[in-house]
Amino acid sequence: MLEKALVGDKKYWTWVLFLMAIIATGFLFYLRQLGYGLGITGLSRDVTWGFYIAQFTFLVGVAASAVMVVLPYYLHNYKMFGKMTILGEFLAISAVTMCILFITVDLGQPMRAFNLILHPSPSSVLFWDTIVLSGYLLLNVIISRVTLESERKGIKPPSWIKPIIILSIPWAISIHTVTAFIYSGLGGRPFWFTAILTPRFLASAFASGPAFLLLVVFIVRKFTRFDPGREPIQKLAQIITYAMLLNLFFILLEVFTAFYSRIPDHMTSFQYLFSGLDGHSKLVPWMWTSVTLGVLAAVLLVNPKTRQNEKWLIFACAAVFVSIWIDKGIGMVVAGFVPTPLGAITEYWPTFPETMITLGVYALGFLMITIFYKIALSVRGEIST
Amino acid sequence: MSGIDRRNFIKIAGLTTIIGLSGKPLADAFASQPAQASAAEKEGHVGKRWALVIDPKKCLEKEGCRACIDACHRIHNVPQFDNRKDEIKWIWKEEYEKAFLDQENEFIEDSLKEKPVLVLCNHCDNPPCVRVCPTQATWKRQDGIVMMDWHRCIGCRYCVAACPYGSRSFNWRDPRPFIKEIDKDFPTRTRGVVEKCTFCNERLAKGLPLACVEACPEKAMAFGDLEDPESEVRQLLRNRFAIRRKPYLGTQPVVFYLV
Repeated sequence: MLEKALVGDKKYWTWVLFLMAIIATGFLFYLRQLGYGLGITGLSRDVTWGFYIAQFTFLVGVAASAVMVVLPYYLHNYKMFGKMTILGEFLAISAVTMCILFITVDLGQPMRAFNLILHPSPSSVLFWDTIVLSGYLLLNVIISRVTLESERKGIKPPSWIKPIIILSIPWAISIHTVTAFIYSGLGGRPFWFTAILTPRFLASAFASGPAFLLLVVFIVRKFTRFDPGREPIQKLAQIITYAMLLNLFFILLEVFTAFYSRIPDHMTSFQYLFSGLDGHSKLVPWMWTSVTLGVLAAVLLVNPKTRQNEKWLIFACAAVFVSIWIDKGIGMVVAGFVPTPLGAITEYWPTFPETMITLGVYALGFLMITIFYKIALSVRGEIST
Repeated sequence: MSGIDRRNFIKIAGLTTIIGLSGKPLADAFASQPAQASAAEKEGHVGKRWALVIDPKKCLEKEGCRACIDACHRIHNVPQFDNRKDEIKWIWKEEYEKAFLDQENEFIEDSLKEKPVLVLCNHCDNPPCVRVCPTQATWKRQDGIVMMDWHRCIGCRYCVAACPYGSRSFNWRDPRPFIKEIDKDFPTRTRGVVEKCTFCNERLAKGLPLACVEACPEKAMAFGDLEDPESEVRQLLRNRFAIRRKPYLGTQPVVFYLV
């Protein structure tokens, strides 16, 4: 089926070459990082995880969100999602691949990555995260391949695939749960040490992932004959609405607990994020942008008039995506390290090489999405080749 | 495509196995782990629980004294970076208020707030760093010392995130050019791995005292066995009131500070 990705018009090839150029640039900077060490990044003794790990955390959510189209389709027999499930599964594959790559580029000794398998440590959440991530990748590869192959042959998918698809639903929940456990199980980091971190992660995932999927659907619909129809788009918009409202509610719960109890450990990271600490306020404008976009998106999504208007819906989806990306892809990880266990405030900002490596990984993910969607839509004859 | 992936997978898997296999014996040689365990058994020291007691008052006798820090960092090939970002430290001085954040009290004598307190790895009974390490590159020995295998560490820095005391450092870049004089008796580290104080396990194996304890001109530190009721540390803890850092986390640190 891969040959379907090798034929395309000029627009397709320009896009593919553009992505490849970014991947190549990112790779060159990665080689520099391999030579010099992670000191090439903005990370320090105080803030030891940054952009890479934050992108991994954010993208786990995007990957998990495929379940939001798979679940209604297979569990509730909501057939309207039929055309979109394969897109969700391919999005999941690309997002999990990016997750694994972000962890890899964050390792100080990537050549030793297989120590994870040679010396497994079941007490480490990171060990379980490796298992659930690779398992989820495998599940989605099998599911999308088998279902697409049957579709090409015009036959019904084999019956053995159904239990695997059902299994992929709790598995999707597990990848984000385990990722949240990486953070929420650390007693020495009060900002992360909260039981609501996991539900918060899931809510933000089920808002940002489907929002991204909808944006991609709109783009694909513009360039191809693919059209999932109005109803499933609106249904997905409702899912995004509820998830986003829950996400905002959960954040408010955190703020209440921290500021009503007045326990300094629980307040300082929030203060750093939203008002700055001791004159350090690099993230403040970002976090307020996130809040503004998040609230704005919630209003637009709750109001049926704006939700049903596709122009507003596109804007709302973009706002959800950017708002949650800032929250998880910038603020969440860094604020866990500020202030440090010794009360120091060290600011972090990604360096140029770090940004290029990040972009490279994202470009690879987008290239995967492009190729997968091209194949899927060609098989269905929804694309002119 | 899947064929290439599989081939790459096997290649990487094979390579890692080779690296892994050669890495472990090397690491053992450096850590002199098995040799020491058998020696300890012979002498009947199995029940040992090493601990350090620090008397901050004595430590303050000589303002600006760095004898313990210099001795530790010299014999353990700890690099000296002049920027905070790349910094690596095994034992250092922290302002009283920062070392004991939970003891914050606005009425403490101003001069005392900023007085330096020695801090290092606490070799916790219940170490979060050991629990989170995905490759068992950090582990707790029978005698309670929290050890690091620098050859197995993949540099994920999960242990750094988990340590509530900020006691772990990461080699952000090649440390070797930043070691003033390399001590041939101790390994140097590579970039991309975590390191920290190991209670001078290599000196204990030879029956020597900790480098910091030995170097201190004021005898402000006492090292010994918590399980021996007659040991100096137990006597100090019996006669004086001592505090530990962040006791509420349940990590059970074994570095005690006399009040």
